[in-house]
Amino acid sequence: MKKVLGILMAAVMAFSLAACGSTGSESTGSTSEGSQTAEAASTSDIKIGAILVGDETEGYSAAHINGIKEALSNLGLTEDNVIWKYKVAEDSACMDAAEDLVGQGCDIIFANSYGHQTYMVEAAEKYPDVTFVSMTGDFAALTGLDNFKNAFTKIYESRYVSGVVAGMKLQELVESGELTTETQPDSFDADGNIKIGYVGAYNYAEVVSGYTAFFLGVRSVMPNVVMEVMYTNSWFDIDKEGAAAEALIANGCVIIGQHADSTGAPAATEKMLGTGRICYSIGYNIDMLDTAPNAALTSATNVWGVYYTEAIQAAMNGEEVPVDWAKGYEDGAVAITTLGSSCAEGTAEKVAEVEAALKDGSLKVFDTSTFTVDGQTVTSAPIDLTFYDYSTGSPVALYQGETKEAITDGSFSESTLRSAPYFALRIDGITEDAEPVA
Amino acid sequence: MTKATQTVHEPLLRIAKRDGIPFGKKVLIRAVAILLALVVDALFIFFVTGLNPLSVYGVMYQGTFATPVRFSWALRDLATLLCVGIALAPAFKMRFWNIGAEGQVLIGGMATALTMVYLGSSLPAPLLFVAMFAASVVAGALWGFIPAWFKSRWNTNETLFTLMMNYVATSIVACLTNIMRGQASSLGTLNKATKAGWFPVLFGQRYTINIIVVLVLTFAMYAYLKYSKHGYEIAVVGESENTARYAGINVRRVMIRTMIISGAICGLCGFLIVAGKDQTISTTSAGGRGFTAIIVAWLAKFNTFYMALISFLLVFLERGASEIASAYSLNEYAADIITGVILFFILGSEFFINYRVVRRGETHKEGK
Repeated sequence: MKKVLGILMAAVMAFSLAACGSTGSESTGSTSEGSQTAEAASTSDIKIGAILVGDETEGYSAAHINGIKEALSNLGLTEDNVIWKYKVAEDSACMDAAEDLVGQGCDIIFANSYGHQTYMVEAAEKYPDVTFVSMTGDFAALTGLDNFKNAFTKIYESRYVSGVVAGMKLQELVESGELTTETQPDSFDADGNIKIGYVGAYNYAEVVSGYTAFFLGVRSVMPNVVMEVMYTNSWFDIDKEGAAAEALIANGCVIIGQHADSTGAPAATEKMLGTGRICYSIGYNIDMLDTAPNAALTSATNVWGVYYTEAIQAAMNGEEVPVDWAKGYEDGAVAITTLGSSCAEGTAEKVAEVEAALKDGSLKVFDTSTFTVDGQTVTSAPIDLTFYDYSTGSPVALYQGETKEAITDGSFSESTLRSAPYFALRIDGITEDAEPVA
Repeated sequence: MTKATQTVHEPLLRIAKRDGIPFGKKVLIRAVAILLALVVDALFIFFVTGLNPLSVYGVMYQGTFATPVRFSWALRDLATLLCVGIALAPAFKMRFWNIGAEGQVLIGGMATALTMVYLGSSLPAPLLFVAMFAASVVAGALWGFIPAWFKSRWNTNETLFTLMMNYVATSIVACLTNIMRGQASSLGTLNKATKAGWFPVLFGQRYTINIIVVLVLTFAMYAYLKYSKHGYEIAVVGESENTARYAGINVRRVMIRTMIISGAICGLCGFLIVAGKDQTISTTSAGGRGFTAIIVAWLAKFNTFYMALISFLLVFLERGASEIASAYSLNEYAADIITGVILFFILGSEFFINYRVVRRGETHKEGK
């Protein structure tokens, strides 16, 4: 009997210890809720619905969550004005979430993943009084619905700038004699061009537009580069992204850019750098310096707060939310993250100069004099804006759109015909691997 | 050192199998388990998240019951999970460890998706549904048949075999959806323009048909296992293959037949998911239900009506968790801990229903 009592006592003590332990850590654990209790009363009764493909542990959705929170504080709103739906898959779960948010009285509903859009449009048809925004979507303007919208930043501008950062690093490596045909012979092709690599999610316009901008940024500093693009066929796969980066580095690539959401590529680059290999990383969405303190140079990132502020303000004032929103450096909607310690000297000055030129419009990312396709300068690029269903193998138009010319004044004007990127030219100097990473 | 002389040392606590347990006591043990789970959760909620446990439980309840439409979604999710559970019941009752339901559902869904995409414009609606149904059932049955055939031929390990078949199915779906998405980054809804192969809207919802089909299956599978000759054979094979052989049952045939049925119902579930729920297919269409359904089937001891209850509980917990995450902008992991604790206690209570703890010195009767 004594022993039983003893066990009971021990259990009680363990419990109380655990309880004390957790009260101690409460202050750190509840930082996200802290804002909820400490906040002042909201100035408006607008209800915002946020359908997120991930949660704050995943970079892409975290950027959207921060953007919405930034908009709230800009507009004097509080967390009470938002209803969050986390980890909403690109299937009927999206429709459920949208209907549920309508039921809870939302006035404007944002969904942050491309694959949400075919469900969002259905919700928009069903509830004409609520505004639905499909972030990164590409057919809102074609539906004729006045409550269905798209938005995307001009992320290609910041990818270009991140390319400039990488180019500066290459220049430094070559000029210091660290990277030569002797020190790392496999990093040069037969013509003496330096190899760089890019980990892409899917082979389609958004990614093509991004890697081309990145490549042109690098080449604006270092003219003799060639790039290899490897796909993972996934937006978020830490293992595949790491494997792709390792494969590219093994092929000789010195810089690894990325258009995928995990930290896999920078982590792999950091590891390879540690083994004495010359290789550096340009990330996406979030600062990669925690993951790759030595290898990460910078990351191209969206500043979603600019859009969310504008859209939510329009909704609050009863004004029309723009149907195809796309803004870049001029409005502070894109940026690059803090420059890493490995960046070349003078990078910050060069970045400031390029950013200023992008802002005032004197620099065009897709200037046709800076690239060729099959050896020819591009003079015409008709863009078919129709949204197709490809599932049967032959494209079937779902929403008919016009075909418009994208080349104006000697440059390809991206994100002006619609917000989602449509630059899909395969320019000389870049090769896409036919097989995605295993 | 002197050696401690001791005769047979009886441990302080010992575990003994119960002989059997009256129904009332079973209910009592489960009720206590749920109560304890709620208490532990309350501690977690209060000390870790700093919220009021009672209001969190209220929100959790609202995840399913706040509005009629939420309740109807819960019924839809219940139907999907239960359908896989029903499919697994005969296989598990036969002690054939079919952990390949995930793949069988996916391959059935993929067959449905291909049929609706490629025949959507050429077949009239009723025929199209027949074709989709047939394709899904055949694909699922094939996925069940292959491991059963290998087992009956070469006595391969069905646990590993069915598990591996999941990865084959996932890869096939990944490959085909990657082709079908064309120049978009994701597949989106299939036949969006024509809505061919989408279930018609009944009583305001497209998934009403899913619920009806699974309801019928629930009764049919109950009767099949309990009253049919096949059901008896399955039970005998499950108890002892040698007994079955002695009784003149063709074990190989029963095994293959049962796995074809199991796979076919999984395939049918894929059909319901694609036509009635998502109108698309992806590698996550089965959503882990192939594994969750194993818990459903086991806990209910293959009684399909109990399975419905347990499916409802799981769906309730899942919806509650995401509602908690949404309402308190909590990380979903925190919400998952809350539902995880409840599940843990419920599963744990099964232990106390089957076994009892005997204290030292207590007289004990051993069960068999």
